[in-house]
Amino acid sequence: MNRMSLPEKLSINKYELDEGHPHIVVNTEVCSAVCKTKACLFVCPAGVYSEQEGKIIADWAGCVECGTCKAACPTEALSWEYPRGGFGVIYRYG
Amino acid sequence: MEEKFDVIIVGAGLAGSAAAYRLAQEGLEVVLIERGPYPGAKNLSGGVLYGRVLNDLIPEYWKDAPIERYITNQRVAFITEQAFFNIDFKNQVFSQTPYNAVSVLRGKFDRWLGEKAEEAGAMLVPGIRVDKVLIEDRRAVGVVAGDEDMRADVIIAADGANSFLAQQVGLRGRFETGHLAVGVKELIGLPRETIEERFNLTGDEGVAYGVVGFATRGVAGGGFLYTNKESISVGLVMHLDELIETGVKPAEVIEDFLAHPMVAPLIRGGKLLEYGAHLVPEGGLAMMPRLAMDGMLVTGDAAGLSVNNGFVVRGMDLAIASGVAAAEAVLEAKKKNDFSAQGLSAYQRLMDESFAMKDMRTYAGAPAFMKNDRLYEAYPEMLVSLMTQIYHHDGAPKQHLVPMVMKSIKESKLSLFDLAVDGLKGARSL
Ligand SMILES: Cc1cc2nc3c(=O)[nH]c(=O)nc-3n(C[C@H](O)[C@H](O)[C@H](O)COP(=O)(O)OP(=O)(O)OC[C@H]3O[C@@H](n4cnc5c(N)ncnc54)[C@H](O)[C@@H]3O)c2cc1C
Ligand code: SF4
Ligand code: SF4
Repeated sequence: MNRMSLPEKLSINKYELDEGHPHIVVNTEVCSAVCKTKACLFVCPAGVYSEQEGKIIADWAGCVECGTCKAACPTEALSWEYPRGGFGVIYRYG
Repeated sequence: MEEKFDVIIVGAGLAGSAAAYRLAQEGLEVVLIERGPYPGAKNLSGGVLYGRVLNDLIPEYWKDAPIERYITNQRVAFITEQAFFNIDFKNQVFSQTPYNAVSVLRGKFDRWLGEKAEEAGAMLVPGIRVDKVLIEDRRAVGVVAGDEDMRADVIIAADGANSFLAQQVGLRGRFETGHLAVGVKELIGLPRETIEERFNLTGDEGVAYGVVGFATRGVAGGGFLYTNKESISVGLVMHLDELIETGVKPAEVIEDFLAHPMVAPLIRGGKLLEYGAHLVPEGGLAMMPRLAMDGMLVTGDAAGLSVNNGFVVRGMDLAIASGVAAAEAVLEAKKKNDFSAQGLSAYQRLMDESFAMKDMRTYAGAPAFMKNDRLYEAYPEMLVSLMTQIYHHDGAPKQHLVPMVMKSIKESKLSLFDLAVDGLKGARSL
């Protein structure tokens, strides 16, 4: 199989985007102030998190809703909930 | 007065739909709420279902259900960076019905089970996210979704590994990272004939690989590769605490796994159909919450019901078993018209009597055993070193097996003491 980048892989998935309703919100002040691991940056299987100019950004559209980031985050910085009913990732196979 | 149902089930995964099916069969008014646009849209697993328990619920399910293949070949692969050592087990018994194990894809399979529940009379409501359980006088009396309330005698939480509902009502706390594993999976499409030729399968036979070793870069866990009709499920399950400690990225590890000399030829020419990830509750007994409170039961992954002993990952069969047990308990409670924790206590009893809790107990030591680093490096290396010595003819004279074994043990930095201890621990916990 040809090697593919993560964004390429995610682009094959089906999503129903809930525009304007992010299901992940990061309180970046908490991250900067207390987080030592910044685990979200590497544990997320969909590469949703990145650090830009010292701030954690969540590109939530590609999220596959596993909940790993929420479980791994050592602080209360993440407010993470399931997307509203019917929205988000839609596994055709699963 | 607003309408009240007998039972509200949150989550149309296997636990939820199994419970709904059983309750609807007995004529109860059941609402099955699912946040995805259809049952299965949010669910992911490796895909090998040990099907006995489903056959008890829906006899000869395979005639009707969208199963992919029945698993006749079980393989265990120990891999190092460059090499692999397979143990291949095939038994014709596995091709007899009721099948021991079948491969499934949850997007189709859960949809089917949800439809079965509907046919039996349950009311399936997809596309609705339950926000919380309605509590009055410390008793679960309904659920809240958006600005709507819905009431029932019993709420069954079948909302999966993250179970925010069990957490909200205090049946469980926040899960520890040491009790969770991250599963990542890629579904790779290949023509049916290619799969059958490549894996030496006849008709709908299927193979399931469990992979131990370099696959997870030393992180506790393992890999899997299962055949479907026209696709292959390949993935990894890795303990979250060790991912955090090591900084290993699941997305990178799976990409390397696909390129490994054991995996690459098996998926050659394939086309990615889907990429997904899901948590696995792997803490075993230690993470299990209380299963009942007044007006509410917790089932499946939400109750931490899963077994991973390195060779097999199981959760789907346990989810179905718990869904059915919860349903039976509600039926008993209904007879007495007592839906308190006491009235629902048959759930715990039925679970204790079922294979589900028995297996949870049998494998209680497995999570700790799996944390042994030697499993992922030293042992696969020892096996590969031994096989290399046996088959590699470089002109040096061959030795007998015993000195070769001793050399392999030494090369893989194992001590005889490690071997003895791990052997004993493995025998006790697996
Ligand atoms: C990578 C991987 C490989 C696996 N391999 C295997 C395997 O080979 N064999 C096996 O037996 N098991 C396997 N498992 C485990 C198995 O997938 C789970 O144990 C099983 O899916 C649990 O079923 P469940 O019904 O309890 O939960 P789920 O299947 O997670 O279902 C929960 C449902 O609840 C819904 N939901 C959640 N919250 C809400 C809400 N608030 N409102 C409305 N709906 C909600 C979800 O959308 C979902 O449909 C694997 C798991 C993973 C991650
Ligand atoms: S892990 Fe949590 S606290 Fe740390 S950087 Fe990420 S979101 Fe912020
Ligand atoms: S839920 Fe999973 S996919 Fe979504 S952001 Fe968190 S870790 Fe990434």
